Amino acid sequence: MTEIGRARLRTEDTRLVTGRTRWTDNLTPAGTLHVAYLRSPHAHARIDNVDVEAAKDRPNVVAVLSGKDFAEEQGALPCAWQVTEDMKLPAHPPMAVDEVRYAGEPVACVVARDRYSAVDALEDIDVDYTPLPPVVDMERAVQDGADLVHSDMGTNASYTWVFEQGDLDAAMRDAPVLLERRFVQQRLIPTAMEPRAVLCEPDGSGPNMDFTLYSATQIPHILRLMLAVVTEIPEHRIRVIAPDVGGGFGSKLQVYGEEVLALLLARRLGRPVKWTESRSEGNMAVHHGRDQIQKVTLAADRDGLVKGLKVELLADMGAYLMLVTPGVPLLGAFMFPGIYKMDAYSFTCTGVFTNKTPTDAYRGAGRPEATFAIERLMDDLADELGVDPLEVRRRNWIRHEEFPYESIAGLTYDTGNYEAATEKALALFEYDKLRAEQSDRRDRRDPVQLGIGVSTYTEMCGLAPSRVLGSLSYGAGGWEHASVRVLPSGKVEVVTGSSAHGQGHETAWAQIASDRLGVPFEDVKVLHGDTAVSPKGMDTYGSRSLAVGGVALFRACDKVVEKARAIAAHLLEASEDDLEFGGGRFSVRGVEAAGLTIQEITQAAFAAHDLPDGVEPSLDSDVTHDPENFSFPHGTHLCAVEVDTETGFTRIRKYVAVDDVGTVVNPMIVEGQVHGGLAQGIAQALYEEAVYDADGNLTTTTMADYLLPSAADLPSFTTDRTETPAAGNPLGVKGVGEAGTIASTPAVVNAIVDALRPFGVRDVPMPCTPERVWTALREGGAL
Amino acid sequence: MIPPTFEYLRPESLDEAVRMLPDAGEDAKVLAGGQSLMPLLRLRLAYPDALVDLDRVAALREIRDDGDAIVIGATATHHQVVHDPLVREHAPLVAAATATVADPAVRHRGTFGGSLAHADPAGDLPAVALALDAVMLARSASGGEREIPAREFFVDWMTTALEPDELLTGVRVPKPGPGWGFHYEKFHRTAQAWAIVGVACGVRRVQGAVEDVRIGLTNMGSVPVRASAVEERLGGGTLSDGALREASEHAADGCEPPADLHGSADYRRHLARVLTRRALSAATTR
Amino acid sequence: MPRIRVEVDGETFEDDVEPRVLLVHYLRERLGKVGTPVGCDTTNCGACTVLLDGLSVKSCSVLAVQADGRSVTTVEGLSLDGTGDHPLQQAFHRTHALQCGYCTPGMIMASLDLLRDNPDPSEQEVRNGLEGNLCRCTGYQNIVRAVRSAATEMRGREVTS
Repeated sequence: MTEIGRARLRTEDTRLVTGRTRWTDNLTPAGTLHVAYLRSPHAHARIDNVDVEAAKDRPNVVAVLSGKDFAEEQGALPCAWQVTEDMKLPAHPPMAVDEVRYAGEPVACVVARDRYSAVDALEDIDVDYTPLPPVVDMERAVQDGADLVHSDMGTNASYTWVFEQGDLDAAMRDAPVLLERRFVQQRLIPTAMEPRAVLCEPDGSGPNMDFTLYSATQIPHILRLMLAVVTEIPEHRIRVIAPDVGGGFGSKLQVYGEEVLALLLARRLGRPVKWTESRSEGNMAVHHGRDQIQKVTLAADRDGLVKGLKVELLADMGAYLMLVTPGVPLLGAFMFPGIYKMDAYSFTCTGVFTNKTPTDAYRGAGRPEATFAIERLMDDLADELGVDPLEVRRRNWIRHEEFPYESIAGLTYDTGNYEAATEKALALFEYDKLRAEQSDRRDRRDPVQLGIGVSTYTEMCGLAPSRVLGSLSYGAGGWEHASVRVLPSGKVEVVTGSSAHGQGHETAWAQIASDRLGVPFEDVKVLHGDTAVSPKGMDTYGSRSLAVGGVALFRACDKVVEKARAIAAHLLEASEDDLEFGGGRFSVRGVEAAGLTIQEITQAAFAAHDLPDGVEPSLDSDVTHDPENFSFPHGTHLCAVEVDTETGFTRIRKYVAVDDVGTVVNPMIVEGQVHGGLAQGIAQALYEEAVYDADGNLTTTTMADYLLPSAADLPSFTTDRTETPAAGNPLGVKGVGEAGTIASTPAVVNAIVDALRPFGVRDVPMPCTPERVWTALREGGAL
Repeated sequence: MIPPTFEYLRPESLDEAVRMLPDAGEDAKVLAGGQSLMPLLRLRLAYPDALVDLDRVAALREIRDDGDAIVIGATATHHQVVHDPLVREHAPLVAAATATVADPAVRHRGTFGGSLAHADPAGDLPAVALALDAVMLARSASGGEREIPAREFFVDWMTTALEPDELLTGVRVPKPGPGWGFHYEKFHRTAQAWAIVGVACGVRRVQGAVEDVRIGLTNMGSVPVRASAVEERLGGGTLSDGALREASEHAADGCEPPADLHGSADYRRHLARVLTRRALSAATTR
Repeated sequence: MPRIRVEVDGETFEDDVEPRVLLVHYLRERLGKVGTPVGCDTTNCGACTVLLDGLSVKSCSVLAVQADGRSVTTVEGLSLDGTGDHPLQQAFHRTHALQCGYCTPGMIMASLDLLRDNPDPSEQEVRNGLEGNLCRCTGYQNIVRAVRSAATEMRGREVTS
């Protein structure tokens, strides 16, 4: 069978292209009540009073409730990552009770018989606020005497986390080249196309009440456990279903207040309750991403060999710590050294509270920030030494014969071949030709200048090893579960704990099962996203599905084959060692005619009339897989931009991405993941930014102000792969969900800076808007 | 989000529409394509008492020849305008600028008159109307018909010279004589974003000499503005690169452009100069 | 409350609606046509695109009363003639032009409008024509492929029929 590596068209598409979808907002059981939230217009204020009486009198209104009404039962939203023992972890009520700490925080809700009535009644809720000083600027927030987000904590610093390896002082002291930079990772709004939605259906009454909660979530399993912890509703009474989910990018890796409140409202009212967010509401209330100020210092010798790297981060947590908020920058801690060898490294990160929407995971989560810094620095180092940016990288990167390699940050990179990926990228890009054009444009003083940006990245994904997560004080493991059931008729059901929301698990998982079991692809059904169907799981984030969940499935298939082998040997009266398995059939070595198909064996296992001693009926298996190590995709991205020096406008002329994501199960899906990742990384470089004013109001609440690229704004990408299998799993897979995003942002900004270096420009802050490019040109003295 | 409640009125004729408008109350809004109004309603930034929907007033959708001008009906959609042979022949600047408005689906609903009456200085069409010295045709039950030159029509940010009971019925766009070249230069960060600055221009040359030049600027003030200083400098001269460059340096003279997320006032002034030069150059190299 | 008569995907409906009801909410909540989703409130994302009398519109920015007397086609109405999925639906599947699929109905309807206007668009024409529809998953590359692939097929069908 050659299912692995085959560009199978996706089975999920059938419903998605015809509109026969199951988005949470599509589901409206009889008697459903609709919820609308009133949100704080202030970044920071005391709530003096919430008057809901007038709203209660509006037509079709069933209930109007404020934070006080939930105070006894709502608990606090969870943070699963206590990164230091003394981390400040403020209580985070699902609905604000006494104080609001970011604009958009829920303060009251209306439950009505229809959505329109619920929204109307919000206008009759009267809230008295006493405004408090907003903390908006991260750097000022950590100075003495700053106003406080949480007055009882006495500081806006949640934690400071330190990692040190090697003698950094020595590396810095002796270094002839010292580059000091300050990079700002702007705040982003993840903007999955499907806004959040949650529907909770109660069943039964009193202590026997059960709840089915549908949510547009990436994490049905984690959500179920956390809902039980927060509300003290017994876990076995809660079933969470993630039906069709319209993208997440980390934003749906969360336990949101509206999910908790849906459960509480369903319990209180005994009826299904549903809430669907509007985009302008979501821009304030969905967790944001990135938002770091990076102070980085790189020491190198005159040959361009990197000696040491010092990283000091301020990371904006927003107003509260949500599910993995404090841990996100730490995922970057291990990635700042990138693919380069060095003698010393130090990393310090302070998590800072501000009166803004909480931040948390957004595609790449920590790694894009780190990769950006090191890849920007490598380009600057090349410039400092007057050598080609690729040459500087070559001198420093880990050579393919040096793997496995323990990085200065303590990770063991199992495999990789940076040389091969780079060679392939260079050929596709026509690097020398573009350099010649660049030089020509410079000579001609063309108003449109050409710039070439390089990004040779690696990342850690397959976010799993439970022991490693434990050593980082993460509150859970990272394993994944799969089970395989060969049904009596020979068809196969695969159950996975990974919860897809666009990644194509239903197709790729069927390919793996088909390949391993030798059954037709069409005979495999993949079940996921429902805690009642898939009993165990750690869900989908951190490019972990295939490297952890896919490998769990791989092993579960092999376990089924082993069970089938015992049954086959018994029925064929042969020794297990004499059986060969291929194409879905066991045959006795040397006696080709004597054999049994997996379908015949499953019938025997079902009838159970004649099974070997100790073998239980039915052909199925369960595997929980917990890898020993992360996996490390890598690649070389090259970007050419045309920068209009008169207007500052940047157009991407050419983009080449050569990625090594290990063994590929479905190249079509992998390519699609790369395309989408590139678009998001490019969008960070050029377009996206969540902007707050001095009072802490978000000014980019709509898509008219928070700019996302359309097809008209992006180029066609050239993508290719090298394939160095991961050593850490039998499939050889690494992960691809975030690679494009991680690699592309620095490639684009490097290209812009490269175009403008002759004009005295050394940096352009992100997003590199036309005005910022123009300003950089003016400040560089060119205009 | 969800619009607030309003009374909905749907006149079947222009007469009926004009009669309804004063009765609908001070906070009534005219609904044409709704592509600007609907987002305002959904974000609850507007609470009209009533909407007077012009959808059934077929006469307002017509685009007709009016001798030395064409008249574009107020509710002619952008889509209709872009494809209309009269517009393409006699008002190519209108066709070109309209093709840059929003996106195809919005252009199917949004209307020419609606864009002008909305009077958002970031909109592409007010500057075009201004550059072309278009004349707004208005009608009310009390005052009958009235003509308002574009120069007097845009009064302030999103405010026009229309009286509350007055309806914009159409726009008369003079036909250019021979020798004209036109161009609309729009600068925005993404294809669907509003113009940071736009330049609408027309140049008439006779034997190389500039006989007439009109430049309207989008988003360079609370209303669309004419780049008069440039017009004055170019009039009568030739269009050498040097002259173009020198004159364009005055594109932002007297402008008080807004400062917002997408550009500071200074940047807009700079863009106005660069884009004016480019627009003039494009208008004269066709 | 005004009474409206609308043909949706070949079926005629008569309903009393509040004037402020958005067409997309009428489709989803009254008619159960949940195939058309909502992605924003400012006409930017295009997820809710349908055809109104054959032209693409964003159904979140049209009132249901404005559809009175008109015909609406949603993604659910594309494959009703019994011949299977529409060439655009097939092409989106064939070229992997969707991941999460939330933008897909709007993308397909906008593409249908684009091909009506221009049956043989270049890559750039497709990109420009879809400027009003946002996708967060695909980077658009395969969407462009899908539209051009469907265009080829649809032109072929016209020739043979």
